[in-house]
Amino acid sequence: MSQEQIDRAIAKDYAAGFTTDIESDTLTPGLTEDTIRFISAKKKEPEWLLEWRLTAFRFWREMSGPDWAHVNYPEVDFQSISYYSQPKSMEDRPKSLDEVDPELLATYEKLGIPLHEQEALAGVAVDVVFDSVSVATTFREKLAEAGVLFCSISEAVQHYPDLVQKYLGSVVPRKDNFYAALNSAVFSDGSFVYIPKGVRCPMELSTYFRINEANTGQFERTLIVADEGSHVSYLEGCTAPMRDENQLHAAVVELVALDDAEIKYSTVQNWYPGDAEGKGGIYNFVTKRGLAHKNAKISWTQVETGSAVTWKYPSCILRGDNSVGEFYSVALTNNLQQADTGTKMIHLGSNTRSTIISKGISAGQSSNAYRGLVRVGPAAKGARNYTQCDSLLIGDKCAAHTFPYIESKNPTGVVEHEATTSKVSDDQLYLCQQRGLDPEKAVSMIVNGFCKEVFKELPMEFAVEAGKLLEVSLEGSVG
Amino acid sequence: MLSIKDLHAEVEGKNILNGLNLEIRAGEVHAIMGPNGSGKSTLGHVLSGRPGYEITQGSVEFLSKDLLTLDTEERAHLGLFLAFQYPVEIPGVSNMEFLKASVDAVRESQGAATYDTVSFMRRAREACAAVDLDQAFLKRGVNEGFSGGEKKRNEIMQMMLLEPRLCILDETDSGLDIDALRVVASGVNGMRSEPRSFLLVTHYQRLLDYIEPDFVHVLADGRIIKSGEKSLALELEEKGYSWLDESEVA
Repeated sequence: MSQEQIDRAIAKDYAAGFTTDIESDTLTPGLTEDTIRFISAKKKEPEWLLEWRLTAFRFWREMSGPDWAHVNYPEVDFQSISYYSQPKSMEDRPKSLDEVDPELLATYEKLGIPLHEQEALAGVAVDVVFDSVSVATTFREKLAEAGVLFCSISEAVQHYPDLVQKYLGSVVPRKDNFYAALNSAVFSDGSFVYIPKGVRCPMELSTYFRINEANTGQFERTLIVADEGSHVSYLEGCTAPMRDENQLHAAVVELVALDDAEIKYSTVQNWYPGDAEGKGGIYNFVTKRGLAHKNAKISWTQVETGSAVTWKYPSCILRGDNSVGEFYSVALTNNLQQADTGTKMIHLGSNTRSTIISKGISAGQSSNAYRGLVRVGPAAKGARNYTQCDSLLIGDKCAAHTFPYIESKNPTGVVEHEATTSKVSDDQLYLCQQRGLDPEKAVSMIVNGFCKEVFKELPMEFAVEAGKLLEVSLEGSVG
Repeated sequence: MLSIKDLHAEVEGKNILNGLNLEIRAGEVHAIMGPNGSGKSTLGHVLSGRPGYEITQGSVEFLSKDLLTLDTEERAHLGLFLAFQYPVEIPGVSNMEFLKASVDAVRESQGAATYDTVSFMRRAREACAAVDLDQAFLKRGVNEGFSGGEKKRNEIMQMMLLEPRLCILDETDSGLDIDALRVVASGVNGMRSEPRSFLLVTHYQRLLDYIEPDFVHVLADGRIIKSGEKSLALELEEKGYSWLDESEVA
């Protein structure tokens, strides 16, 4: 991604806050078994998947939303949400980019991810999810040469039903939690990746999510399977238009790393955070989890600057011996944003290792909580965890919280936890200003320095984007 | 270049400067000496615009501009530099990154072209060598884990790269061993030139053995009570400050 595109993508205020005027085929709000049958039929799904969804729906009706997170928001009325929205011109799927609605393409231009350019640039294959239907998948041919399958989950259901049936819900079961059950019932689309045995995916895979229709919840579902000895790096970017009402985003991401495989999953999340008074914005309630088999490695890197409310804990189940889990996170909240985010590292196999580096930045009147669980199971001989959890406060009206949970059932496990809280000091600002930097530039530089350990884990072009995003998100937080 | 007239300033409601007058012309080196609590460091911070310092009376003109109406960074853009007595750490921000951003900001504000990365890095390495710091310091976080002497050398390195018009050194010599003092002094001496002036705030005459000032001023109770040439500093060292208090009273 070029500097110019990045600059454009994250220009002042919430630059992604435009709506695209495309005729959509949107389902009337409400959620019943018929809604699910409609979605399933629309996608011409096999019988087993419809049943799978309906079972999830029955689970969901018995469950209630989580209330333990350190966030406050009005109850979501699930009957007022539309569960399916599809741009009309998509009825006949385009075969190539040339057939894509020019308005849609213009939207991506505004987002700074022009597909045409992107084909030439950076070598990033993008599977774009616009509302609920995957619009265009680039680079598929090149990936196919390597045997990599990268397509929308709906297509995967049609073309690779065995793989989908085998792994869907294998990491995040339908009953896992309220929002995972909801997603399992109504998921509309998402991405599917399969890396065959021993293959190193030749490029970064990337998906850009964007919520366009008013009142549509986005329930995407991502499934990544890395077969034995394979390697893949995946990036997900998210934006949504500015709207006064709150929108719901309840995604599920499942990663399966078989023996000796490695999956690196990076997220830059810039959902609309609501305005300075806290009006509007996305509710981001996401379940992300990876399952690591023997000697496998799963690494989550996330930069979270958006959403009104974030509730998200990308986790690793270290089932195989010697498997490795990593979690690198920057979560920034400003104005009235609330975030309760962190990770779970479940050590089951022996000699499993995990690292957690979490950087929380609070500005304005926001609230930012880290919540992390490290569990060492009885068979996890020699398991090791290192957790470092740093909070940075900007101003004196914001809050930072840390909720670490440690459960160790094996005496040979070693779990370390370090936490710090610091403040951007007046003396630091003064030094920067004395050297000619304006206060906003100074704060963004100090914050970037604070996040360095996480940014270095991101693919390089996205590290630049992440830095710029922080800068934009912090606007107005000083002076 | 710098003209301070009848300057009064307070910090947290306490009068620190009480009618200070000082003229510095281009190319001159002035030293300000005085006992603890006389307002020496306050003068530097008032000139550079530290928040929390309130000017109650008087005026300061710098390069024909009303300095007191400018923001801290605008004063830096004009070419005012303050070497801090206690430089703060900025963890994670590399010295190189900080220096580049800072030099870019100053040059942009002056309408000068910014250096490309390669030539800037070369300049930075030269400056680093000039103050006898290992090149590794350019990659480390700003002042992060630096010793006292290393922080002071780092300040001088920044000064060299920023090429300011007026350099204020706030007790840069305090806590320095003799080698570091020589390095700092040679950095300053190497930068002495016609358009550039220096204001050395110091407690000890020692610094002035290495940097020869054109004028020496004695500050007491927020005012300059005596001005003279280099010899005044030697006299002060011999007799202490109390001699002046008495002569003032007399």
